[in-house]
Formats: sequence, structure tokens, C-alpha cells
Amino acid sequence: MIWGMIVSLVWAGAWGLNVVLVRRGWAEGRVGRLAVAAIFGATLLVIWEGLVRGFGVSAVILPAPSGVAARIAGSLPVLWGDFVQTVLKGALSGYLIGCGAAVVVAVLIDRSAFLKAGLLPVGNFVAALPVVGIAPILVAWFGFDWQSKAAVVVVMVFFPVLVNMVAGLAASERMQRDLMATWGAGYWQSLWHLRLPAAMPFLFNGLKIASTLALIGAIVAEFFGSPTMGMGFRISTEVGRLGMDMVWAEIAVAALAGSAFYGLIAAVERGVTFWHPSQRV
Amino acid sequence: MKRVWPVFSVIGLIVCLWYAAAVWMNAPWVYDQAARAGVEVSFRQMVGETMGQARPVLPAPHQVAAELWKGVTGQAVTSKRSLVYHGWVTLQATFYGFVLGIGLGVALAVSIVRFRVMEVSVMPWAVISQTIPIVALAPMIVVLSNSAGIADRMVPKAIISAYLGFFPVLVSMVKGLRSPDQMQMDQLRTWHASEAQMFFKLRLPASLPFFFASLKVAIAASLVGAIVGELPTGAIEGLGARMLIGSQFGEPLIMWAALFAAAILAGGLIVLVGWVERVATRQTGGAA
Repeated sequence: MIWGMIVSLVWAGAWGLNVVLVRRGWAEGRVGRLAVAAIFGATLLVIWEGLVRGFGVSAVILPAPSGVAARIAGSLPVLWGDFVQTVLKGALSGYLIGCGAAVVVAVLIDRSAFLKAGLLPVGNFVAALPVVGIAPILVAWFGFDWQSKAAVVVVMVFFPVLVNMVAGLAASERMQRDLMATWGAGYWQSLWHLRLPAAMPFLFNGLKIASTLALIGAIVAEFFGSPTMGMGFRISTEVGRLGMDMVWAEIAVAALAGSAFYGLIAAVERGVTFWHPSQRV
Repeated sequence: MKRVWPVFSVIGLIVCLWYAAAVWMNAPWVYDQAARAGVEVSFRQMVGETMGQARPVLPAPHQVAAELWKGVTGQAVTSKRSLVYHGWVTLQATFYGFVLGIGLGVALAVSIVRFRVMEVSVMPWAVISQTIPIVALAPMIVVLSNSAGIADRMVPKAIISAYLGFFPVLVSMVKGLRSPDQMQMDQLRTWHASEAQMFFKLRLPASLPFFFASLKVAIAASLVGAIVGELPTGAIEGLGARMLIGSQFGEPLIMWAALFAAAILAGGLIVLVGWVERVATRQTGGAA
């Protein structure tokens, strides 16, 4: 009961604070926006903690954030090992190979209108398919270690990046291409100086979509077989052992890794496509 | 016709490559068997052998098609071995998740457009929620809904599916509800329109094209969510569970058939949503 009151007070207080911050116009700046979002997130954590304590929820069902934090602090080596296995070896290598291949293929098929007309609908369709289903097949082919996870990630990220890159290569305007032609630019010069830069906003759109797909693919593939480490492996075994605090610790790591990955790509995008209207503040 | 035949030739090329890969990947097993039996196989025999193995490394396209056909028509649709049955289970979860996702996405979008504080507080977390790999959360959602006394396996799947499906709707609806320009807003204000009238007569109709465009993305995401939701949850029904069973019992044909059933389901759903979009655009006076 006392926890219930504390939770509602914290909620009301934090929400009120946010309303005031926004009304006063303090939330317009970068710092202000971050602060408001952070207050909201922190409130959710406090509510979670309060509800778990207030209702005496067993740690086997839902551990409190403090318990999860203690678990994270207590098992850093294990978490780091899983992170390296799943994110760095599985997801990242697959992401680099898949996106690299997609960009190269996009540039190659861009020369042929026929291939483009044929591959784009197929690529669009495949990009919308539940490609994760290919995970068990690739695990059977490439074995339990990170190679099979990387293979799943390659297949998952390939088509979204391909479709976006092909669309991007067509994004430069007629006038711009004509201008390049009047300057006597060859195919490769025109590609390098005009069409690739013009394709960047589209490419980064695909890369961002692929970044979340990559983590999903790497973790799903581990459900179908993995060495005795990795985030997917840890999650599925700890659920079986009712080690919920460990599962939430892995979720926290996955969330951090996913957000950091996305944030990194968004940061690179700001640097590369600084000229694009969407980046102007 | 002009647009169709490049697509067909690309698909044809893929099928050819697939056959070549099937021969290449299944050949070692054929040679291995022949060596054990002490017989020589010619190239022609080898190619024939690779086309019809019971547990091939890569099944040939016609094997997958046959297995798919068997799964769909081979038994009553209520049978546990029928792909129609498993597809129906997955489709239901997808549908519930889709509807739940639309509801959540629209509700969030409306409140975000209306209340600035919602936008600043909630929108960043909505973006972050999508960078969290859902598969990591999926087992927890199952455990939580089980301990909340929900025995129905459909609920966790629908939640996972809604988690993936709500985001495209949210983003598009925020964009759509903000799409009326200043002139139109001013016009309504000169007519002394209340906020509710402004919303129902201007913002909501203006957001419809954005809404329908997002549905196609949302239905595909919902299906992925439903299938992913079946993988770590020990589900015994559904296309995802079918893949898991195929993987555990070393039956590649079951896996491939389930994969293609999922692909066909996805294609059907996208076509259906696209059709609804066209009808709705025409009904609301848009250029279809």
C-alpha cells in the first residue's frame, strides 16, 4: 500500500515536472529534450521497482530493476563474453558482409534497367518476408558457432539495404546528371561524385533498418543451436532455470547494444549527409 | 506484360541457381553413400540422386513445392500436420497483434500530436523500443503473461507482434496528423471550428493516406513478430513452431515448407492490405 502511494506520487510528480518543463519552453533545446525523456524513463523504472516491492512479486517472475542492476554488476565477465559472441562476432560481421554485398550488388545491377526492373519487386517482396525463418536452415549448414549467426544476419540485412540503395542510386536529378555529362564525366566519375553521395540518405535509411534486424537475426539464430555462450543461448537457458534477473540483464545489454548501434549509424549519417534537408535543424 | 517479364526472368534465374546449388550441396552425401556401398556413380546418376533425398542439405525447389502441397492438401485442415492449421494459428496471432499495434500506434500518435509533453517524453522511448531486439524480450513476455494467469498462448504472441507492428503506424500517423498545412488550419479557425472539429474534419482525413501506407509495413512486421514469438516460447502450433520442430528433428523439408508457407502468407497479407488501401483511397476521394 505504502509503495502504491509512493509510486503514484512519483508518477504524478515526474509527469507534472515534465508538463511544467514543456510549458515553460525549456524542453525545446537539446538538453531540455534529453532531460524530459530521461525523467520519463527514470519514472518508469521507479514505478517498476515500486510495483515489484509493493506487491511482493517473486524474483522468479519479475525481478526489480535494482536486482537486475546488481546482477549486471555481479556477472560482467559473462555478459561481456555473450556480447562479444553475439554482437561483435555474429551480428557485426554479418552486418558488414551483408550491407557491403548489398551496396556492391546495387551498384552492379544499377547499370541494367532489365535487372533493376526484375530484382526490385523481388527484393521488395523478400524484404517484407519473415526471413528469420531461415535461421534453422543456416544453423544446420554453418554449424553452431558464430559463422551461422553471421550468415543469418547477411541474409536478413541484404534485401532491405539493396532495395534502399537501388532507390538511392536513382535519386539524383536529371539536371544534375546532365550537368555531369556536360562536364564530360564518365560513368565512374558521375557515380563517385554525384550518384553515390545522392544515394547516401537512402542507404542510411536501409542501414538503420538493418541494424535492428542484425541483432534480431543473431539472437534468433542462437535459439536453434549455439556454443555455450551468446545472448540468445543465455536467455533461453536462464528462462529454463528461472534465472530471471540474468535474462533481464541480457535484455538490458541487448537494448544498450541495439541503441548504441543505431545511434552510431545515425551519428555517421549526420556526418555524411549533412547537406540533406532532413539533417538541418 | 512489359513489367512482368523481367520479374519472371529473375525468379527463373533464382530457381536455376537453386537447382545448381542443390546439386552442389547434396552431391557429397551421394558420393559418400556410393563409396560406402562400393559403387561408382556417374555424373548423371549423381544429379538424379541429389534431386530426391529424404533429408537433403538443400532440398530442390520441386521437393519443397511437393512438401508444401502435401502440407496444405495432404490431410484435413484440422490435422496437426497440416500447414493450413499452423498457418491459421500464426495468422490469428498476427491479426490480433496487428489490430493491437494499430490501436496503440494511433492512440499514441493522437496524444503525441495533441500534447507536446507526450511527444518529448514518449517519442524517444518509442524509437528506442524498436532498437531493442524483440527476441530478447519475447521469452520474458511469455513468462510474465503466464504468471499473470493467462494460459492462452495467443496473448504473448500477439503482444510481441504488436510490439513490432505499432511503430510504423505511430511514425506515419504523427506525420499524417501534422500534414494539414497552415492555410487549412487557419481556414478552419476562421470558421470557428473547435479543436474536436479540427481533428475529425481536417487532421484525421488528412492522415488517412499515411495511415494506409503504414499498414503494409505493419502487417509484415506483425507477421515477423508472431513467428519470432513462437520460436523461444516452446509453442507447438504455428509456422514458427513448425520450423523449430523441423530443426530439432533434422527434417529440412518441414523447415523449408514452413518457411515458404510463411512467405506465401506474408505475400497474401501484403496484397490484401494493398487492396484495402486502394479501395479506401478511392472511397475517400483520393487519386487511386
